[in-house]
Amino acid sequence: MARKATATSATTQPNVPQFTNEQDLDAFREMLLIRRFEEKAGQMYGMGLIGGFCHLYIGQEAVVTGITMASEKGKDAQITGYRDHGHMLVMGLDPKGVMAELTGRQGGLSKGKGGSMHMFSNEHRFYGGNGIVGAQVSLGAGLAFAAKYTGDGSVSIAYFGDGAANQGQVYESFNMAKLWKLPVVFVIENNKYAMGTSIERAAATTDFSKRGASFDIPGEQVDGMDVRMVHDAAKRAIEHARSGNGPYILEMLTYRYRGHSMSDPAKYRSKDEVTKYRQERDPIEQVRARLLEAGSVTEEDLKKIETDIRAIVTEAADFATNDPEPDASELWTDITIEA
Amino acid sequence: MPQILMPALSPTMEEGKLAKWLVKVGDTVKSGDVLAEIETDKATMEVESVDEGVVKEILVEEGTEGVKVNTPIALVLGEGEEVGEGNRPAAQATSSDPEGQSAVPEAAAAPVPAEPKTGGEAPKFVAQNDPDLPEGVEMVELTVRQALNEAMAEEMRSDANVFIMGEEVAEYQGAYKVTQGLLQEFGPQRVIDTPITEHGFAGLAVGAAFAGLKPIVEFMTWNFAMQAIDQIINSAAKQLYMSGGQVKAPMVFRGPNGVASRVAAQHSQDYSAWYSHVPGLTVIAPYSAADAKGLLKAAIRSPNPVVFLENEILYGSTGLVPKMDDFVLPIGKARIARKGADVTIVSFSIGMRYATQATEKLVAAGVDVELIDLRTLRPMDSDTVIESVKKTGRLVTVEEGWPQGGIGAELAARVMEQAFDYLDAPVLRVTGKDVPMPYAANLEKLALPHVDEVIAAVNAVTYRS
Repeated sequence: MARKATATSATTQPNVPQFTNEQDLDAFREMLLIRRFEEKAGQMYGMGLIGGFCHLYIGQEAVVTGITMASEKGKDAQITGYRDHGHMLVMGLDPKGVMAELTGRQGGLSKGKGGSMHMFSNEHRFYGGNGIVGAQVSLGAGLAFAAKYTGDGSVSIAYFGDGAANQGQVYESFNMAKLWKLPVVFVIENNKYAMGTSIERAAATTDFSKRGASFDIPGEQVDGMDVRMVHDAAKRAIEHARSGNGPYILEMLTYRYRGHSMSDPAKYRSKDEVTKYRQERDPIEQVRARLLEAGSVTEEDLKKIETDIRAIVTEAADFATNDPEPDASELWTDITIEA
Repeated sequence: MPQILMPALSPTMEEGKLAKWLVKVGDTVKSGDVLAEIETDKATMEVESVDEGVVKEILVEEGTEGVKVNTPIALVLGEGEEVGEGNRPAAQATSSDPEGQSAVPEAAAAPVPAEPKTGGEAPKFVAQNDPDLPEGVEMVELTVRQALNEAMAEEMRSDANVFIMGEEVAEYQGAYKVTQGLLQEFGPQRVIDTPITEHGFAGLAVGAAFAGLKPIVEFMTWNFAMQAIDQIINSAAKQLYMSGGQVKAPMVFRGPNGVASRVAAQHSQDYSAWYSHVPGLTVIAPYSAADAKGLLKAAIRSPNPVVFLENEILYGSTGLVPKMDDFVLPIGKARIARKGADVTIVSFSIGMRYATQATEKLVAAGVDVELIDLRTLRPMDSDTVIESVKKTGRLVTVEEGWPQGGIGAELAARVMEQAFDYLDAPVLRVTGKDVPMPYAANLEKLALPHVDEVIAAVNAVTYRS
């Protein structure tokens, strides 16, 4: 597996898989929803409506969008770390429920008891939302174990960052996943910084697609800013896992525009670096340009989509602002299940 | 919203410096454009525009220090919007304007906390009583090991979602032979040897439980579960609560706990108090063979994550177990091993061995001991202990674990809170000594609780010499 890509190269790559207009429009909508939702979340955090930690996905939208488009919605399981809002939106969880969880209200997906990092949906097969760096990799291998045990044909997709990729349990999970041929796709979202520590300062080897080499797990580096490349690689990886060949690693080269969390001093990287990505590699702008260039849609059409998405986000924000806090009695519920 | 407000960088930030404006009056901005930079002593942050519009007014000049969070700092009007009473701030808010907070529009303010409530009392757990045994039921002598093995085999027969994984559970037949024969009956799909990877396989099992399976995770000993404790607590125990009741982790973590024999500090530790501390977990530590069987079956059926603490020394000890198709005991119910009136001794797991031997000697000496086996540590059956202490006025606790923050410490606190007026003597604890477990035979013996210490404690609380 020697597929290589760089997230910084703006040049047209050869053999870029093409999207139909329909796919481009889908991707545009999904990514724009994440972008606008996250901007609103950032704003609401600034207003004190959202507390604690809040990790925004802005810049990385193509990763979860392309992968989810390649997966079977409602069947394949997904699990990620704390930067989880985008995953939920693309998987179809209710934006109102997500935003109300961020504001800690009773209508939140976890009744306000989980917060930004702890949201789940059995129905959509989304298993969080995990606050402990790397824990989701073992858990994700377990979701794949269950798939194999029951033979339900589903694949588990476990996302983690370049920071988590240095955790011990990741390799314990790689080993078992390969040993038992579990249907799992490990997605390393390499956004170049684990909080404020660049991959060069934290990792002895920075090609994370090779991290499964000792276990003979195939890996690819993928341009995670181009949703078409993400989708194409994800299809390959998911097919590999679903057909009983065991795990697959996708290293998504991506970039977060915002800080690690809302309280990020932003002293560890240059403004120019951020600006360069935003201006040259933005995943949404790439699709927008493509759609307009193809002439299949007009500026007006895209503006209509923008307006629709803004309405969804505004509705979510209004709901999350006005929904009451959980009743005090909720303090004592959901600790254990009475048999 | 046309007003741009001073944002907070963190939940604790109250004010900051408006370091720089990147737009000027008349500029058209769209969402995502950086409007300004703000600074605090620890960070710099960009203020982005959320909506499209034209910058109409800059309300706080750049370089202004001490701008309170949520102060309007600019007016950006969208198409068709005009400056009016509704969006013009009442006053500019800077450090020279201590009343600036009054300018915070109501809609933007953080939610007013609901009336401070206590949240009420913790719901009281009421345990079921042990089931009545059918008349004339045959009692068979089993080792604790056999009892545990039968419990797993029976539950695996009745529920295909139950499987066991751990180190040496399959082909080796169990490091302590508790899983003997399971591989032969249920096959390698359900009896799974793992690599030596506690953190990883504990997490994997939790993930499998999220997806609907009912894993039994065997730790070769609980000492090695320290590698996995994050997954047990942060993933399994907290999941139901964090998900608002949506995602369950029905599973059992089991294996030998406590001191074995001459294996020194890293392999001799009692984790009873550790796990009993954690809401979301059920913690069981049986002593007898019958309790081992009935409670392990209950644990496997439980919809909650259960920490099941066995004891290597007890594996070979025997007891009478009712021969029934389905012998299940209630979780959370203590067992009164001997009724008495003079003093209450409470213990669990191997502590019951010291307590039982001490009781025999004390009864022979004329002390009417009431002996209680907790069996389950969380939820803890306080009622049985409190009722007993109300009768005897005296309590001695026995455990192998360290004293600080131990099960005895918890019992002492509960008795003090709920039965203070009934006490005729201070509660005394007999525990393992407050040291790492030594290797030398004589020191190891000194580090463990002794029957003589239990007798001495009872003599002290009953004021006998």
